Amino acid sequence: MAGTGDPDEGLARRLKALACTAPLHDLDARKSKLDWADATIYQMAEIGLHTIDQVTIAMDFDTGADHQQVVNRLLPFIAAQAPGRAITEHTRVARWVLDNLINVGTTDRGFRRVYGSVDADGRYRRRAFDFKLLVELAAPDGEVYLRATDEAINVLVGALDTDVESAQIAAEVKLENLISRGRLADAKLAAEQARYRTVQYGETLRAKLDATRRDVRSVDWEREVPELLDAALSHIESRFRSETAILKNITAARDEAEDPSRKRRAAELVDIVGDCIRRHTQLQSRLQAAGAVFRAEQDRQQFSGPPQRAAIDVFGQLLTPTLELPLADAVAPTQAYFHAATGIAVPTVPSLPSLVSLLLRPAPEREQLVGEVPEPELLPAEVTDSYSDEQWRYADTLLDLPEVPRRLSGLIAEARETDAGVARLVALRALYAYGPEVGAAIRQGERRVLLALDDGTPLEDPEFGGADLLLMSAGVNNSDGTDGTDDTGSEEVA
Amino acid sequence: MSTGHSSADAEAAARLVSFGMRPKLLPGRDVVYGELVRRYGEDSSFKQLTHAVAAGLGLMVLEVSAQAGAVLAATDESIFEIKMDSYARHSKIRERRDTEKVLHGLIHLATAALGYPRPDDLANDTYIGRVSVEQVDGVVREACRLLDERAAAADGNNDPLADAPELEQAWRAYARRPAAAATKDGRLSSDTTRGMVARALRFLSEQGFLVQVSGEQGGTYRTTPRYQVQVRELAADAAFDELLTLGVVSVPGGNGSLRAANSDTL
Repeated sequence: MAGTGDPDEGLARRLKALACTAPLHDLDARKSKLDWADATIYQMAEIGLHTIDQVTIAMDFDTGADHQQVVNRLLPFIAAQAPGRAITEHTRVARWVLDNLINVGTTDRGFRRVYGSVDADGRYRRRAFDFKLLVELAAPDGEVYLRATDEAINVLVGALDTDVESAQIAAEVKLENLISRGRLADAKLAAEQARYRTVQYGETLRAKLDATRRDVRSVDWEREVPELLDAALSHIESRFRSETAILKNITAARDEAEDPSRKRRAAELVDIVGDCIRRHTQLQSRLQAAGAVFRAEQDRQQFSGPPQRAAIDVFGQLLTPTLELPLADAVAPTQAYFHAATGIAVPTVPSLPSLVSLLLRPAPEREQLVGEVPEPELLPAEVTDSYSDEQWRYADTLLDLPEVPRRLSGLIAEARETDAGVARLVALRALYAYGPEVGAAIRQGERRVLLALDDGTPLEDPEFGGADLLLMSAGVNNSDGTDGTDDTGSEEVA
Repeated sequence: MSTGHSSADAEAAARLVSFGMRPKLLPGRDVVYGELVRRYGEDSSFKQLTHAVAAGLGLMVLEVSAQAGAVLAATDESIFEIKMDSYARHSKIRERRDTEKVLHGLIHLATAALGYPRPDDLANDTYIGRVSVEQVDGVVREACRLLDERAAAADGNNDPLADAPELEQAWRAYARRPAAAATKDGRLSSDTTRGMVARALRFLSEQGFLVQVSGEQGGTYRTTPRYQVQVRELAADAAFDELLTLGVVSVPGGNGSLRAANSDTL
């Protein structure tokens, strides 16, 4: 993602930005398929954006919001979209959107978009872009809470690939302009954007401080960090000044405004800017504590002499090189290490005396249990295989009709001569073939698919009713993805 | 050593090996064990006999000391060997097997890296390290972040190829895996990295390599002398040799090593 000015680079960046919005569009695309509610009434993408808003606003240095808090904050917004629906449904919609933004159900809980780019040799290569919108993290107390990723914040504020600090300054200049011109609705938007920027800036700093706490040596404390802290402090100082000025201006605007809606907007703006100032204060206190963190960690990590005898540097010589290896190559070193580092497993040998005493031991008292487990009434398991393999094979041979289409009545009659069960199976498969899933057949790599056509002839049969279908096997052409039917009337069906 | 050993000697040597199979038992806590460890140190023919008994069982004696006790390792194809396949088998997901194995292996490596952050710590017999679930996960994620920064700074597109997942770098697979995930019953999901780290640390403590000191930070443990011996005498070299055969050579103290003691930063 380094800005080398390569035109392909810009294309890849735009494709990635576009990919980040895909999960939101996907929500609306899939809402009609939900079976627990008619969810078409909800604007899922809006709810999705609102969810990311809520998570972002709840983010501060230590924790974000947990799932339930986010759902609770979403409810008024969702209820406004469908006031007639039950609260349980609103909750479920909120959960569904939240789960989909996390992408619960996949191992990595994230999204992947494949995009193409031309590499140095001029070849077109498909590459994978992995991203997440909301991530779950564990708090020190073990609770799981949510945070919005950089990608999500970028999607949200619509300012892709911009520098955090300059974007913040730009937003604030814009805000002052807007206020001076009296356009408060736009001013609110800009103020909210400024707040997201503040959160993003704090997040960057938090990651740096965390790294310091984890390993002092991974951070350059001689130059880089002091510069960073200075920059952050002066940044806060300037923001603090301008935000206080803005606050004074809009508080005045609020008090002087005659129009009630304008007054209300100004009041909202006062809240937002107040929140920005609070966040800056929080950031500042964290910055002040950073030096103490460093000294404490230094005491713990750093004070010891240089290496006295040769030993392997596990982190630098083993872990980092292994992390850089491709997955296929990394198997050997990690396995070798695992084998050697986990010691030995002593195979358990059952001993007869202990087995006997174990068996003779009286059953433990179950005082702590709630009560007796009710004896469940079990029904005998239903036989799922209604037809034997033999019957399936016979039906297969009957329904293998590569050349000439046949009537269902004739097939049933032929099947009935041997077995009434086969006749039923043939009739069922003929019905199934009336709406053949050609796409599924292609995916499963089948070579032919059975097609049925209704030409209006009624079926004369003592056991079955309906239309006397015309049946025909059609070859599936996998190479071009279409079903190459034979030259009979079957094409109309497919 | 063709000098005759009595059957009592053989029994004593075998007993010392069997003490080594109980990783949580320490020579300081058991008079017989302590006596055998002392004898191993003083009597070279007894030492050879112990090695022979261990070798016959498919074991290797890494070290016998009063702090660590008898530290044993399984030779290849020994019945005492712990297979990665049986360790990683518990995962229910259909993720590629290799990815799963690599992630588990990386977590074990990171545990040692955090327990012995400097080469000196590994060499110093009195050093006791501390690891916690949060920190182990943090160490790997931090390393992944640095590699990500390096990849981003490098010229050219470094995103993984979509049609060759096995060529994806290991750190990407780790970084992509979530650290935590909310489950219905509020427990730590075993598919997450923190879940996997917690499992590794519990496993190592059952093997007598770690001792839990508190439940803070997802579980905090201290290392035992036994773990130090195991990592120093066998595991680190085993992994290093594998890396050498892959042509990955790293020099300690170079720019690539984060953990190299660098007095300049003081």
